[in-house]
Amino acid sequence: MSASAFLSQLLQLAIALLLAPLLLGWVNQCRAWLQNKSAPSLLLPYRTIRKLFHKDAVVAENASPVFRITPYVVFSAMALAAAIVPSIATDLPFAHAADAIALVGLFALARVFIALAAMDLGTAFGSIGARREMFVGFLAEPALLMVLFTASLISGATLLPTIVETLAHRDIAIYPSLAFAGVAFTMVSLAENARIPVDNPATHLELTMIHEAMILEYSARHLALIEWASALKLFNYSCIGIALFLPFGIAQGSTDWTAILGAVPVLIGKLAMGGFALALIETVSAKMRLFRAPEFLGTAFLLAVLAMLVNLLLGS
Amino acid sequence: MISSLHLVLAAILAWLAIGVIGLARPRNIRFVARVLFSASAAVGLGLAGVALSSIGNAVQGLVLPLGLPDLPFHLRLDALSSFFLLLLGAASAGISVFSAGYFRPSEGAAPGLVSLQYHTFLAAMALVLVADDAYLFMVAWETMALASFFLVITDHRLPEIRRAGFLYLLIAHVGAIMILLCFGVLQGGDYTFDSMRLANRSAAWSSVAFLLALAGFGAKAGLLPLHVWLPEAHPAAPSPVSALMSGVMLKTAIYGLLRVTFDLLDGQLWWWWGVLALVLGLATALFGVLFATVQTDMKRLLAYSSIENIGIIVAGIGLAILFRSYDKPLLAAIALTATLYHALNHAFFKSLLFLATGSVLHSTKERSLGKLGGLIHRMPWVAWLALAGTLACAGLPPLNGFVSEWLLLQAFLFTPTLPQSFVNMLVPLAAAALVLAAALAAYVMVKFYGVVFLGRPREPNLAYAHDAGRFERVALCWFAAGCLMLGLFPVQVIALIDSVNVLLLASQVSRPGVSWWLLAPIDADRASYSPVIVLVVTVVVLLLTIQIVHRHYHGRLRKGPVWDCGFPAQTPRMQDTAEGFGQPIRQIFEQFFRIERVLPTPFDAEPRYFVKAEDHFWYWLYGPIARAAEWAARQIGRIQQGRISVYLTYSFFTLLALLYFVR
Repeated sequence: MSASAFLSQLLQLAIALLLAPLLLGWVNQCRAWLQNKSAPSLLLPYRTIRKLFHKDAVVAENASPVFRITPYVVFSAMALAAAIVPSIATDLPFAHAADAIALVGLFALARVFIALAAMDLGTAFGSIGARREMFVGFLAEPALLMVLFTASLISGATLLPTIVETLAHRDIAIYPSLAFAGVAFTMVSLAENARIPVDNPATHLELTMIHEAMILEYSARHLALIEWASALKLFNYSCIGIALFLPFGIAQGSTDWTAILGAVPVLIGKLAMGGFALALIETVSAKMRLFRAPEFLGTAFLLAVLAMLVNLLLGS
Repeated sequence: MISSLHLVLAAILAWLAIGVIGLARPRNIRFVARVLFSASAAVGLGLAGVALSSIGNAVQGLVLPLGLPDLPFHLRLDALSSFFLLLLGAASAGISVFSAGYFRPSEGAAPGLVSLQYHTFLAAMALVLVADDAYLFMVAWETMALASFFLVITDHRLPEIRRAGFLYLLIAHVGAIMILLCFGVLQGGDYTFDSMRLANRSAAWSSVAFLLALAGFGAKAGLLPLHVWLPEAHPAAPSPVSALMSGVMLKTAIYGLLRVTFDLLDGQLWWWWGVLALVLGLATALFGVLFATVQTDMKRLLAYSSIENIGIIVAGIGLAILFRSYDKPLLAAIALTATLYHALNHAFFKSLLFLATGSVLHSTKERSLGKLGGLIHRMPWVAWLALAGTLACAGLPPLNGFVSEWLLLQAFLFTPTLPQSFVNMLVPLAAAALVLAAALAAYVMVKFYGVVFLGRPREPNLAYAHDAGRFERVALCWFAAGCLMLGLFPVQVIALIDSVNVLLLASQVSRPGVSWWLLAPIDADRASYSPVIVLVVTVVVLLLTIQIVHRHYHGRLRKGPVWDCGFPAQTPRMQDTAEGFGQPIRQIFEQFFRIERVLPTPFDAEPRYFVKAEDHFWYWLYGPIARAAEWAARQIGRIQQGRISVYLTYSFFTLLALLYFVR
């Protein structure tokens, strides 16, 4: 482990922390364009976070320490995940700490904590939000793992940098297993990031909200951290998608600083495309009833399993 | 020269002695609980130490001139026994400390009697683990079953507890008969395990022996469809006993299955055995976790969660058999390591959770999830320590439950092409099922923790709940620390388990030259996991964030009433209930449950909503068998007339028939 590897690790973490709100702003802007609305500023998420950090926090009287520690736990878990997913370089010292399975475990840790915090105050909305979040989670998590397993079967590794290195060196062609896995991954990412058609990030309508229902009681700096963590989660999922399906341009090795610095604009370009695609999906689809979500995620799960079987049958 | 086996025997005798001493003053709670149970914990700790030191040693044997004339008891201590003795010693140490503070005066049976049964149970389990012949094994096995039966019916005045005890005894004996038959099939001219190891058997007889072992030990472990006693017996027993049964006794069944399969039947494994165990294990895991989501009694919920974990363990055994039969020793070793690791993890986190429910039960007298809530404010020690168990049971990094699931998934993923294409297809599907079960386990655990410890108290009397006593705290701390340590230092734990791998599979997982903090069973470039780094980085980032947030921004914080979208007049009854939390699962997996629902009509003066999700097996399997048995008994009853002349006629005809046949 060289100092240079550590530097690229820190650079990647810093980029993730700084760019994550921008990605959210970009998605919102694209969606506004597509829906013929006047777009909010690209920098609005930064301003929101800044504003929230300056406010006085209000905490409910019967809140336990679980409630107050959760924003920090969720944020740290997401930051660690951002350090692990190779977005600009593959020679990352922290990447060995957690492979794809452990990464999913890290996401699950964040989800369990936020669900527990939602149940902590004993409000009707909080607990129903927690129930729905766990409900979506238990369907989405296996599907996500199956997608990652498909990539691991192809590359013979569960470590994300190795997967990226293997996949990036293959010829550009459409691989049937990866195509199935890609569709499944898109569906899972929509569900996990509380996006249409499973959840709506812009609503506070009682009957439909999932993620928003859980964080209703948070205010000020706690809310800021949770919002930032949500943005980081979207960023992480996008980076996992890029690593699995568009792994070209990620720097391999830690000494070649032109490659590492050159990977940054490539990453921004890919994220911009991904964000636009997300806005497009959200514009053309409608939110589903909650009990349609199992069908949606069940389809994703089956597609991912199919991807694994296709990979075993065809060897590609 | 005193060997480790002598020390194990000494520990067994010490436990028996402690049990007998308790009878001297059976009603003296201070003497029995505080003194004797503490001594028993010390013995458990000593046993764990002996097992730890002897796990890498050569096999030790001993013949005791006990039992029947010419049929002495054979004892043996090898790596497999040592591993499970370690599990038994470590878990029982914590549970005994808890018991020291748990038993109170004037609660059912005399504490001295409970202590005798408890220590007989412990000694019998230890004896099962060192038995080296079928005779001693069965004696110890039956002693274990009977001692635990009496512990289950400690509160025998309640009819449902007697019923649960009867069901447990019945299934334990069905299992014991199958195990006995299994040893009968295995025998090689003698009743010792050594003769069984050397015996020559045809493939068919080996398969019969394996199937009998799977059914017999499966009955004790709670494998489908013989799982029905678990959710009945665990809630009936006092909490330390539930912890002991779930955490340790189920593992003796796993030990038995491993002993028969990998030791006594060694070298003659068939691939379809592995497939059978894998499918059965995964079916059990999914079944258990689905039922856990809809439970409303906290101990029943944990019992179903135990069924799930046993399913995962048996699936791991199946995978190990599969790889072993195809001669892939490294993969078999990884699967077996994951299995044993999960057994150890389960012993720790499930004991922790059962003991925590014991503390809750003591303080609130309430087992139903619908009447608990908000206990984190009243019982902070129990709540925070139970959180460790909850996260471990949900399989989250960096705690221990995650490590074993990670290892098992690695074994699934790195399956090279096996010769059987059907098996090749099955393995990824099995991985999918395992992942689904693990994800549902997180759902169950959020439900358990959220409803019991978080939220607002659902009943007014919960405001008087008190935290656990000193002994209970120490025990909970022991298990929580165990969950953390087993999660943080997998490399060291695997180094221990490797002695078992060397013994059973002649292969090992640990590789020289790998750092102490990095778990990389195959190759560090292919798969690795480092819980220490995950924990350290998370904690550092967490502290840094708190520091930065509090330094750069003001720390002004106001306490106010709950907002809840401005909704006024909130009552604790508006929180989600245990039934409500399980509702989505009940709806999606409706076919798996037998649901009984009573809905109120608009005209009810006192509207009542009631829903009960039951097990189909009762109606599909157990009901018909019970009816058939009753019918047969009634038919046989017809020949019973109650008149002596009729019985003399029966005897006369029997004699005639015998004379005809024997002649």
